[in-house]
Amino acid sequence: METIKIMGTDDTPTVILDAENDIFEISGRSLPEDVTAFYDPILNWLDEYATSPNPKTIFTFKLVYFNTASSKLLLDILMKFEEMHENGQDVLIKWYYPEDDEDMQEAGEEYADIVDVPFEQVSYTLN
Amino acid sequence: MDKKNVKGFLEFVYDFYKSMKAHEITLVYEGEITHQITKAFTSLTESNMAKEEESNTVQKKVFHVMVECLQNISKHADSFGSDDFLFAGRGIFMVSKADVEYHVTTGNVIENSKIDELTKILDHINTLDKEGLKDLYKTQMREGRLSEKGGAGLGFIDIARKTGRKLNYHFLPIDEETHFFILTSTISRNE
Repeated sequence: METIKIMGTDDTPTVILDAENDIFEISGRSLPEDVTAFYDPILNWLDEYATSPNPKTIFTFKLVYFNTASSKLLLDILMKFEEMHENGQDVLIKWYYPEDDEDMQEAGEEYADIVDVPFEQVSYTLN
Repeated sequence: MDKKNVKGFLEFVYDFYKSMKAHEITLVYEGEITHQITKAFTSLTESNMAKEEESNTVQKKVFHVMVECLQNISKHADSFGSDDFLFAGRGIFMVSKADVEYHVTTGNVIENSKIDELTKILDHINTLDKEGLKDLYKTQMREGRLSEKGGAGLGFIDIARKTGRKLNYHFLPIDEETHFFILTSTISRNE
């Protein structure tokens, strides 16, 4: 499959979807001008990936900020993994949050409540 | 401008300056809210807060509230006294900083026909506690759809959650068809 590599900016996250090297990650800030245009290629990529995924898929979220419009699209990504999980595929979501960021931690908890998918919360220290 | 007008204008500038100082306004803007404007204002406010060594929590809350407020105007503000589409998406945006709190205030024109629904949404949010807001956010995220303009119907809920306060809003009559909608969000600096 083709690899997606989007370098982050001050309003869009870094996205790496690399099936060959087992890297699936979205990190940084997300408040794109047009959320649908930004996330559509990612959702389409995941649809295609789901048809023949790797034996195990670990998807990393390491966001420091996202706006409410992005929150809806992040849920759409998670729902793709929920579907894969329902189909018996081995997937794990790793939700990273800065250790002093309760809101980001809580956002992870909320997603874990909504979607039925293996979900791990990981705190980290900024620099 | 003749001499008299120049004097009047200078006095206006000085009064405006004084009144900004009196209300502790650090940023004020009237016009179209674009994505570029949103980015510029948030980064300006961020660097000011960093300079003043505001806590991370407060910085993040102010950032969240600013983005959602600005996006509300750009997506929902109606046109003023004209059907010209070019005048939609505009409004006034202000940030003020007092000793104990930040205020983010937006004002924009809204058609009378939309007031009932907006009031219902805001009042409903204001009846909810922390858990209630969390549940509403989750439901809206799951069941809501992105509008054509990219709105997810989550902005007001997020503002209420991030500030931990009731949404403080007013409608002032403009003419027979429109009102001016003012929303003030307050973020406490002692967190």
